[in-house]
Amino acid sequence: MTRVHDMGGRFGDGPVHPEPDDAPVFAEDWHARALAVTLATGSLGQWNIDISRHARERLSPKDYTRFSYYEKWISALTNLLVESGVLTEEDLRGEADKEEHPLAGRKMKADAVAGVLASGGPADRPSNVPTEYSVGQEVVTTRPTANRRVDGGHTRLPHYAAGAKGRILMVHGTHVLPDSSAHRLGDAPEPLYAVVFPASELWTNPEHPNDEVVLDLWQSYLGPV
Amino acid sequence: MPHDDHDHPHTLLPPDPALRVKALETILTRKGLIDPAALDEIIDTYQNKIGPQNGARVVAKAWTDPDFKAALLKDATSVVADLGYYGRQGEHMVVVANTPEQHNMVVCTLCSCYPWPLLGIPPGWYKSDAYRARAVREPRKVLAEFGVTLPETSSVRVWDSTAEVRYLVLPMRPEDTDGLTEDELAALVTRDSMIGTGLPKVPS
Repeated sequence: MTRVHDMGGRFGDGPVHPEPDDAPVFAEDWHARALAVTLATGSLGQWNIDISRHARERLSPKDYTRFSYYEKWISALTNLLVESGVLTEEDLRGEADKEEHPLAGRKMKADAVAGVLASGGPADRPSNVPTEYSVGQEVVTTRPTANRRVDGGHTRLPHYAAGAKGRILMVHGTHVLPDSSAHRLGDAPEPLYAVVFPASELWTNPEHPNDEVVLDLWQSYLGPV
Repeated sequence: MPHDDHDHPHTLLPPDPALRVKALETILTRKGLIDPAALDEIIDTYQNKIGPQNGARVVAKAWTDPDFKAALLKDATSVVADLGYYGRQGEHMVVVANTPEQHNMVVCTLCSCYPWPLLGIPPGWYKSDAYRARAVREPRKVLAEFGVTLPETSSVRVWDSTAEVRYLVLPMRPEDTDGLTEDELAALVTRDSMIGTGLPKVPS
């Protein structure tokens, strides 16, 4: 079983509302601040992208559903700051002292922003795990969808694609395994593939017989057919 | 273990989201952990410097230069990096080309993964539950909501961005654009056409 964020294929969400190309990047000023606070605190180096994604997914289903997008970000960030020991609950209550924080030396300065955003954080790593599949080969995804290392943990195989038969479309090299990395268990890099599935393998009533869905899946999510 | 306690620390901050952000920014600034000027710089970057105009340049170049297009489809990461487009949320790029037989469309059902260096911050609809839930199961109905109807002879391939690979759609070049310059072509490339929920504009 996965969590509330795993919504691919779900019914009942209503129409998508397109926006013109010239709509503002941030609909509200606080959206921009939420994004910027999240990126700036990320550079304190106390978590990785998988940990921060998992923090959003761990919001209670009620909160995840009722919160707007950036509300999820800022709430998950607050939880993460406390869980990782950067802030205390007293800090959040406004009760703490104003002494400089031990991590203050890592603060992202304005003149460093361009460099940090431009350098990014690649997810490919050398790995000892041999690449088992090649382009064109048939594979089947694991079922049920779950993190096999941590119960209720982070994973990137969506529920809708569990137990499905597909074909290797691309070999992306070896990448950090989020199931491990999100729980501070190490990068555990392994081969990552783009796997293509016929829509008929995933849905009861596909719209068109030739439609397909492609997912990026780690080798441990796959087995031979 | 995942933390599943329901006394989430975020409930200690004001419930109104704008006040919640403000409170957190104030606390972190006071502690010396963030610099408000750096926040302004981040916002300026994604509001004014990085956006779909980057992706549009790549598409227009691919429309006019077959060698560039071939290289782009083979190894997008290094090709777009050579144009200066690299960075956060664009570390591993793949470009997929639409053809008369196949239309490509990109989604992230699990969160909101998106090629930031080429398209900037995703629009609200891309991050909405409706798009995340429906794009994989009924892409043609979703496309219709964007005013796009594909011929029955075209298949749809939906890319669910489940890893750190980011996908950009290379739309087909509109007809009657033979005499246009690269800049004029770039002006026809919409953001949605590079996500796959739209088509490029046609010259007026």
